[in-house]
Amino acid sequence: MSIICTPAADLDPAAAAYDFTIPANRPWSHVVKAGQTLRIVDLEGCQAVDTLFYAAADFSERYSAQDTLLAQGSAYVTTGTKLMSNEGNVMLTVVADSCGRHDTSAGACSCEANTVRFGHHTRYMHACRENFVVELAKHGLTKRDIVPNINFFMNVPIDPHGGLAIVDGISVPGSHVDMVAAMDVLCVISNCPQVNNPCNGFDPTPVRILIWNGEAA
Amino acid sequence: MTDKARQIEALRRRYLELKAAGDQAAPKALPGATALDEAPLTTNLIRHRETVPGGWYWTARLKRGERLRIINTNATPGVAFFMWNADDTSERYNSADTMKLQWTAALPKGRVLFSDMGRVMTSIVEDTSGAHDTVVGGSTPASNAAKYGDGALRNSQENLRLAASKFGLGKRDLAPAISFFSPVSVDADGKFTWREGVTKPGDFVELRAEMNLLIALSNCPHPFSPGAYAPSDIEAVIWQGAPPLADDLCRTATAEAVRGFENTDPLFA
Repeated sequence: MSIICTPAADLDPAAAAYDFTIPANRPWSHVVKAGQTLRIVDLEGCQAVDTLFYAAADFSERYSAQDTLLAQGSAYVTTGTKLMSNEGNVMLTVVADSCGRHDTSAGACSCEANTVRFGHHTRYMHACRENFVVELAKHGLTKRDIVPNINFFMNVPIDPHGGLAIVDGISVPGSHVDMVAAMDVLCVISNCPQVNNPCNGFDPTPVRILIWNGEAA
Repeated sequence: MTDKARQIEALRRRYLELKAAGDQAAPKALPGATALDEAPLTTNLIRHRETVPGGWYWTARLKRGERLRIINTNATPGVAFFMWNADDTSERYNSADTMKLQWTAALPKGRVLFSDMGRVMTSIVEDTSGAHDTVVGGSTPASNAAKYGDGALRNSQENLRLAASKFGLGKRDLAPAISFFSPVSVDADGKFTWREGVTKPGDFVELRAEMNLLIALSNCPHPFSPGAYAPSDIEAVIWQGAPPLADDLCRTATAEAVRGFENTDPLFA
């Protein structure tokens, strides 16, 4: 398929209101206000960034992969995709994407799922859902609140016969995706520690988070 | 080559071996669809039988080993479904793991449905259509408004919330659903397509509970199904089929299923 890349808007990192580098393997969370632009930069390339969003005003409203796919009629996330909540509301809109392909079907790795995918000897390896549980706990949320997420920069094509697998990423050092928040959202990231499949090129690396304030309304 | 590069190469090689095994094992092991006149119900083993009208929802409890047959009497286009571990409802159906762990979004007879804990919740022991969608799932008020111009029509999102409420569960306990009898594909451009003529009146899917379950079912059309809003009756049958043998199809068809059952069975040892 053709993958459409959109150049970034002219946003100066030096003017960002927030700038943080999430180390390899680690979780992170922050509230992005309505109108702000959130950028995720894949600093070294080929790093999956497992991401969840919750409405800051009511955490029971949260990112819904199925509502997002349903609303756009297409299996992948890229420029123009509206990231939808389980209440059918737009949470954020992807406005720029220099990578062109992000997954929202394959969810996050867990210790338990790893045993099934890669063998029981991988049980005691750090996993995204461990990151999510630890980070969500800071906001009063639990494992119960974890739903299938977006995997920025992760390449999971689904073929017409249903075949689905994580294949080599297409992001390069500096690839980034920009989203404008349509409501105040709690953004929770697990900078994926998985080394058993190509989602991180078998070598997890850091990512950078930038947030710019919106135009004064 | 550095040690790190050697390690990356070793991990890559291992992943590609697992992927090749996953891609090749299932097509050889899976038997194809059940015929409509195959696998008849044994009447005296039926515990419950329910007709669910078009647009409505239904809930039930299944004990490990019991079977649920969903009969699509009039070929209604889609029946959304969700489930929880009855002994710990924080464990529930996980659409992403179900696809990712089996290397496929296609879930015909012989496949299994996974929880978020690496355990098998149900096995698909019979299936006449092989047309089930867990990528997009069920309808919502917004999808009904966009498709039929009426957001007040009954939809699967609200039906599943109603069903969850009958178990004392809520919106936080729901996650992406599976929609049976919904032939959705992804084309080469990433767009979803509905394959016409795949499902037929009388199609059924039969799930064997591999743990004690709370189940929720919504009889509303899949959001990508063509035509007017006209869901029709389906039938849900709970019955006690034969227990699985050592060479059971669903337990042995793939290495991933074998490991999934190795995670599940100790709960009941």
